[in-house]
Amino acid sequence: MPKKQIHLAAHFPGVNHHTVWTDPTHRPETQSSFASFQHLAATAERGLFDFVFLAEGLRLREHRGQLVDQDVVGRPDTYAVLAALAGVTTHVGLAGTINATFNDPYELARQFATLDHLSAGRAAWNVVTSSDAFHGANFRRGGYLAYADRYERAREVVEAARALWDAWAPDALRADAATGEFVRPGSLSTVRTGGRLVDIEAVPSLPRPPQGHPVIIQAGDSDGGRELAAQVADAVFSRHTELGDGQAFYADVKGRLARYGRRPEDLLILPGSSFVLGDTAAEAEERLREIQHQQIRPSVARAFVEQVWNQDLSAYDVDGPLPEVDPVTDAPSVTQGKAGFFRDPLAVAKQWRELSEAKGLSIRELVIQVVGRHSFVGTPEHVAAEIDRYVQEDASDGFILVPHLTPHGLDEFVDRVVPLLQERGSFRTSYEGTTLRGHLGLPPADAFGRTRAADDVASEDLVAVS
Amino acid sequence: MSRARPFRLAVELSGAGVHPAAWRLPHADAGQVFTAPYWVRLAQHAERAGATLVVIDDTSAPVREQPGALVGGLDAIGVASLLGPVTSRAGLAPVVPVTYLEPFHVGKAVQTVDHVSLGRGAVQVGIAAVAGADGADDEARRYDERTPRDVEAAWREADDVVEVVTRLWDSWEDDAIVLDEEADRYIDRDRVHAIEFTGEFFSVHGASITPRSPQGRPVVVLRGDDPHALAVAARRADVVRVALDDATPTRVDAVRAAVADAGRDPGAVTVLVDVDVLLGAVDSEAGARLRALDDLTRRRPTANELVGGVLGVADGLADLVARTGADGVTVRSLAHVTDLPLLADGVAPLLRERGLLVEPTPQPGRQHGTLRDALGLARPASRYATTR
Repeated sequence: MPKKQIHLAAHFPGVNHHTVWTDPTHRPETQSSFASFQHLAATAERGLFDFVFLAEGLRLREHRGQLVDQDVVGRPDTYAVLAALAGVTTHVGLAGTINATFNDPYELARQFATLDHLSAGRAAWNVVTSSDAFHGANFRRGGYLAYADRYERAREVVEAARALWDAWAPDALRADAATGEFVRPGSLSTVRTGGRLVDIEAVPSLPRPPQGHPVIIQAGDSDGGRELAAQVADAVFSRHTELGDGQAFYADVKGRLARYGRRPEDLLILPGSSFVLGDTAAEAEERLREIQHQQIRPSVARAFVEQVWNQDLSAYDVDGPLPEVDPVTDAPSVTQGKAGFFRDPLAVAKQWRELSEAKGLSIRELVIQVVGRHSFVGTPEHVAAEIDRYVQEDASDGFILVPHLTPHGLDEFVDRVVPLLQERGSFRTSYEGTTLRGHLGLPPADAFGRTRAADDVASEDLVAVS
Repeated sequence: MSRARPFRLAVELSGAGVHPAAWRLPHADAGQVFTAPYWVRLAQHAERAGATLVVIDDTSAPVREQPGALVGGLDAIGVASLLGPVTSRAGLAPVVPVTYLEPFHVGKAVQTVDHVSLGRGAVQVGIAAVAGADGADDEARRYDERTPRDVEAAWREADDVVEVVTRLWDSWEDDAIVLDEEADRYIDRDRVHAIEFTGEFFSVHGASITPRSPQGRPVVVLRGDDPHALAVAARRADVVRVALDDATPTRVDAVRAAVADAGRDPGAVTVLVDVDVLLGAVDSEAGARLRALDDLTRRRPTANELVGGVLGVADGLADLVARTGADGVTVRSLAHVTDLPLLADGVAPLLRERGLLVEPTPQPGRQHGTLRDALGLARPASRYATTR
């Protein structure tokens, strides 16, 4: 039986502690220069990756009422960068996060249709939601959405987008000079969504995208997020990176698919993961320590503890023990604009105290242990074997790799690990198709209740079908 | 005939060209109009023609099937971004009808066009169809809005949008990213500014999420044809586009007067006159081509149309500039497939020979000039820049 195939993606290093900006190669322009994006995309394409992935910013992060200044800050517009990459790459998928709350559904559908046409079928949209007034302050409607409605809004936005992508019949585009039929008469339909949260009416300006529907990625981890993924997503950007935890998540989400008439292989689970390589295990460990200390600098360690404790802890020495006071739980968060992975601060504080007391850890060393972890550390052989094991043992279908250096952080993975994955028979040795759906092994998107026969549907093919 | 003056060339790209039947010409490749290679080819012709600016047309008008007509279009910001890394000289101006869009998104997207083109980003700010106009209600429905704006409100809003995006472009000072390892600071937060805009239609807190772009502020293009648009253009535009007809021979002068009335230096604003162009190698070929197109689809020509061979069109463009006092022309080609290669290989060389074409040139010490360089505009300091 052929081995399960690994899917790999490359995450452009983001605006968080993971990205090491103190490296001598990092320049002020590194995070926004197109050359950086082009290098990462070219490296991913050289490594035969499924896609490159860009996150999104809606407002600069704040901590204790001021802009965060200890981590990387600032990034260009996700959609515009992906469109620019479409012209300088040929195979690698182009995935981006764009928020479904603070963007208009018609515009979202049109942008991803444009990206899919410009890339000849390589677009993917990571649909995220938010409801908070902090981000809303930059947008027309402000923080208009009830927290409970955020996944409903996302679902209605995705459904509206899919209806818009389907509104031109697959054979609508004729461009027949002789008869003057640019589109087949009657082949464009008006979309009326009539949803509670998305109520629009439109005829879209673009033919059905080359992929039918651009790939939909979902990242929410709550029960609502998992259910939304099972219902509408093609891939999940998961945070479950450990084997057992990953297997549980994998089984849970794949187990939800049947109720929507979907098969397990219709949805890929791709955890975000990091890696540190070395010629020997000891060298990799040494590099890990070095990288962790670059990532969790004193101000970064303090900001994390302040986020959990929800108060100013500038009086505490980060090389000393954790504060003896308890977190403040009845005040707004001191940290704004950052995904809160500390849902129960009292429990987190208790856990951190126990860990630091058991191991005698300072604040900084503790934060390194709890948030500075890296998924795969070791020799290229070890990392390749681990990645393969996670995929074969159903902890994931592959990984979205997040390098710690911009833009060269992926280079050594592609040079040293990819060939080993290929030797193991678990990773492609050439691109077989040209669309992202093809790379991911996803079924073609349905339109008008019909399933397309071909795996890779190019726009030229659509013209020929009638 | 007035004395010829050197001038700048802009090219507007729209579907297969302005003539509704252009897509039906041999080799027009209309089936490819939604693909990247199609747009790259058009832009490269425009660059070879020495264009300072390429305008990528877009419309928010409702999409309707019309017999004989090309229907639909890509999002212009996406096309401009695509073209950034694969062109090297021309400025790139997507047309953006801002009426229902988020100013914050428009601001950072245009900044990003500037980043990916290494300083050739621009935007032509437009509005959606206004109340009472054909399609206005359909357009509003698309955005979950029930009532379209009237024309005064739409331009008041566009005025606010330009204010907001230019504030966003300035919100990061040039040297905000300090990489100060000693102090453990990636940015100097005193050099990144909330813009705190509150207006009639929206409020935006800021700052932009995007660091300052190569030009500082991408170039703002506005049309100056109607009084509402002209009022905004006079206050805010770096480039003003006008159409001419027999009733308005002095429109270029009117734009300059409006700019001066707004308290700005008219010399700092580039005024471009629209001209619809259909080319042949010689006049007779152009004439035959036009007849063939008109036979396919009858249409009303615009008032300012040049149909002719390369020599006649080169003369016509030079004369148009001399006659109107404009800084240049925006060529709207009737049929891109034949016009753009002839513009690049026929008209432009003639204009160069006569020293009439002002082209973007590389700047000393840099591989590429910016669009501001090409327009003779200084790179503005951030309005928020603090003295230290």
